[in-house]
Amino acid sequence: MDELNATDTLGSAQAPVLSIRNLHVAYGEREILHGISFDVLAGETLVILGGSGSGKSTLLRTLVGLERPSSGDVILRGKNLCAMSEEEWRELRQHIGISFQSGALFGSMTVGENVALPLLEHTQLDPATIEIMVRLKLNEVGLNGYEDYMPAQLSGGMKKRAAVARAMAMDPEILFFDEPSAGLDPIIAAGIDQLLIKLKEAFGITIIVVTHELASAFLIADRMVLLDKGHIVAIGTTAELQGSTHPRVRQFLDRVAEPEISREIDYLQMLTGEVPRPRQ
Amino acid sequence: MPVAENIGAATLDGLAYVGGLAKLGASAARAVVLDVFERRRLAYGRAIHQAMAVGIGSLPILSLITFFIGTILALQSAYELRKFGALQFVADAVAISVSRELGPLITAILVIGRSGSSFAAELGTMKVNEEIDALETMALDPVRFLVAPKLLSMLLMMPCLTVWADFMGVIGGAIFGMAAAGFTFKTYIIATLDALVLRDIVTGLIKSLMFGVVITTVGCQEGLRTGLGAEEVGRSTTSAVVKSIFLVIMVDLVFTTMFYLGIG
Repeated sequence: MDELNATDTLGSAQAPVLSIRNLHVAYGEREILHGISFDVLAGETLVILGGSGSGKSTLLRTLVGLERPSSGDVILRGKNLCAMSEEEWRELRQHIGISFQSGALFGSMTVGENVALPLLEHTQLDPATIEIMVRLKLNEVGLNGYEDYMPAQLSGGMKKRAAVARAMAMDPEILFFDEPSAGLDPIIAAGIDQLLIKLKEAFGITIIVVTHELASAFLIADRMVLLDKGHIVAIGTTAELQGSTHPRVRQFLDRVAEPEISREIDYLQMLTGEVPRPRQ
Repeated sequence: MPVAENIGAATLDGLAYVGGLAKLGASAARAVVLDVFERRRLAYGRAIHQAMAVGIGSLPILSLITFFIGTILALQSAYELRKFGALQFVADAVAISVSRELGPLITAILVIGRSGSSFAAELGTMKVNEEIDALETMALDPVRFLVAPKLLSMLLMMPCLTVWADFMGVIGGAIFGMAAAGFTFKTYIIATLDALVLRDIVTGLIKSLMFGVVITTVGCQEGLRTGLGAEEVGRSTTSAVVKSIFLVIMVDLVFTTMFYLGIG
């Protein structure tokens, strides 16, 4: 595998907050991630780029514990997530926040109740303090005064912001974002990008974003990982990726379409990456 | 032997499904007990909300249906009884069949249609919208948070609804009794009370509790197993209704046999 590993942090002096080593993830017989390794440094924004079917969403789901890897290690806060008990997971999850692609706000609760939920469940704070914290969190994402709205009454961008407020409720060390600007118009999407930058600068949170939106990725990222068919093709700063001559990196960044497939044999080759033997 | 293989595979699937229900029911029951002891703030509110939806919401339609079932039962038994000149036993026939069988069963089938399907649709939609994933990543157990309040509300409401269904069935029978069998309302109620023993009511209530467990676990399990896409929610809902009705009838058969063999 010819990876662009020039700036991988494996030998870096700064301690990584999250280390992924030789991660394999499979759905049944089908392997999605084939031995992924990279580090995430404290306080950086790392963007995981990749096309549809590249395995980027599976990687995110594995990092937050929604999928179990078939082998490999994910080290977070000094603990290997792959060898954790349910109890340890429950403890760890209070230190990470996730904003899902659809927002995943609970439709039967108001925005305020959504943000208050982790605080009610995991802390001993009294209701008045929780109410103040909910207002603060909503203020941070620009949703002042929306506590009593139901999620269905919010626009797409506001739902995303509310989801960020909920992910921030427990003051996490790492925030994960799944396609933060998917389905939003360019102006609202730019607003979400600005919010991510603001959160990083104001709170020094480590942010991991999974996206395929190039403009947004280059704006918010400190470093980027480009995934293709379950392999890391490139990892580096935004400038390093832009300067890369790797054909897959260039194809992705220059938005070049895959060549048209007309023959069955070519399609099989594209799917499997192998040249099938002709039938006798 | 493909036929035998298919039967074997289907049997194993069925057993695995029932095993899954038992596991879900046990986890939810454990969560209910823990919540009661730990005095969690959220569970009570959600259980009361669910109980209102399950119980109070079904009262009008349940009353109407069981009232008519009572009348129909009276008509059907009178058809045979009058041949023996024993029309006065119509109250006994209605009272016993409603309290031991039709009250709990009609209640269960109505609750499957109203609540079992809505449990599957609610949880299925939450699954599709990644809300179940969101709960897990917030270190909140979906079983404790979503299934346990539904189980608690069902265990509280099913016996209440069944008693109400029994009562309305008797009233339905009384209408026929007064119109065609020479009863007054008072004499019909007295005949009913004479015919019933406590055991009739209790067996019905035990069944209704078991039906409540079946309806909750099947509805929630189907919802939690929903695949991706809106059409999957529809499939889960249909599947929850069909499987619940089948399993309720199976549980009814098992318990009726046990009552027959054990305590008559």
